[in-house]
Amino acid sequence: MAKHHVTATVNGDAVEFLCETDETLLDVLRNQLGLTGTKEGCATGDCGACSVTVDGCLVCSCLMLGVEANGKSIATIEGMAHGEELHPLQRKFLEHAALQCGVCTPGFLVAAKALLEKKPDPSETEVRYWLAGNLCRCTGYDKIVRAVLDAAAEMRGA
Amino acid sequence: MLNLRQINKEACDMRYEAPSSIDQAVALLASASGEARVLAGGTDLLVQIKTDLVEPTLLVDIKGIAELREIGEEAGAFRIGAAVTGAELKENPRLKAVWPGVVEAANLIGSTQIQGRATMGGNLCNASPAADSVPALIAAGAKVAIVGPGGRREAPVEDIVIGPRRLSLTKGEIVASFLLPAKAPRTADAYLRFIPRTEMDIAVVGCGVCLTLDGQGTCTAARVALGAVAERPLMVAAAGAALVGSKVDGAALATLDAAARAACRPIDDKRGTKEFRVEVAGVLARRAAQIALERARKG
Repeated sequence: MAKHHVTATVNGDAVEFLCETDETLLDVLRNQLGLTGTKEGCATGDCGACSVTVDGCLVCSCLMLGVEANGKSIATIEGMAHGEELHPLQRKFLEHAALQCGVCTPGFLVAAKALLEKKPDPSETEVRYWLAGNLCRCTGYDKIVRAVLDAAAEMRGA
Repeated sequence: MLNLRQINKEACDMRYEAPSSIDQAVALLASASGEARVLAGGTDLLVQIKTDLVEPTLLVDIKGIAELREIGEEAGAFRIGAAVTGAELKENPRLKAVWPGVVEAANLIGSTQIQGRATMGGNLCNASPAADSVPALIAAGAKVAIVGPGGRREAPVEDIVIGPRRLSLTKGEIVASFLLPAKAPRTADAYLRFIPRTEMDIAVVGCGVCLTLDGQGTCTAARVALGAVAERPLMVAAAGAALVGSKVDGAALATLDAAARAACRPIDDKRGTKEFRVEVAGVLARRAAQIALERARKG
């Protein structure tokens, strides 16, 4: 079967790719576009390691077909820092040691950024609920939640 | 690790179509020779394809069909497109204010990421007995608008799922939208589910209640629906009837509790035993009725 020709925007850049129906957006990002910052954890939408935003909406890229990205604007972890300058969330994750192995980290960062864009001053409870679909199996969630709250405070200028 | 391409060898024969009208979508589904599936949010379907539970040869993506993506309100009634996501429901303050139970139920499905994709049309048509939005929709008296090769028809939500993974829809039919009726004054809904944690789980029991009070606070109408206690979501008429004519007081709630328990025919599984599910169904029915009562009293 002929491959689908897809044009999309990824981290602000126009991209085009060819994909089979059964290739997920995650497959395309990692295998075709070389954007391996987005991780595959469970591949069933339970762990959030593959989180990206599509037209500003947080989704699991493992549960979306590459062909569905046609005409969409995708944001991945690779678009988060400006050159050498880390996003405040990235800096706070380092300061709070909110990661160990790092596999879940891109997903947490992308998800947390989506939260703060919607809600610049979330409560701890709101952070925990928003991030309930992001699983971390080594650091534990306290450091992650503290890093998100601290980044939010900094970004508000508090 | 699950890799779609390695596991599902036939998957590369899967055709993908994204029609821009319902009629085109119906024509594609009606003329499909192999297994055809509607793709809305894909949060259940893609997992089922990855695990070979289903092996469709045609996917019809309905998200490009404008009317399936809209929430409309007319004379107090809401029409919610089948492909509207949970995140979009949550961001509709008017719908949330009028039908809080329906919106809360839909928003209980999965994580923030899942909410970005998951739809009520998909939640219904996935035909799980434990689907969270379905008891809430049944309690609300929602109907579905169905489009098929024979034209359009409407059906109550409780008539759609007939068993696990089984729908009453015929070949080529699509659930296009949900119709929530205009509410009588002092009518309110609520949905509760039991899971052993606070997030990211599938209902052990779910219960939707919608009730109407008269000016004196007497219940004049009530609908109760249960999820995850039978082979399909159940409309429990006797449970609703238990509240009608009462002030939704202790005695009425006890009758409601008993009627809800009596309707259960659950299975034992890793999420809960039959006995536990039956017990919890009664408890959730009481609690959901009390929430609906408080909301109805506020107008």
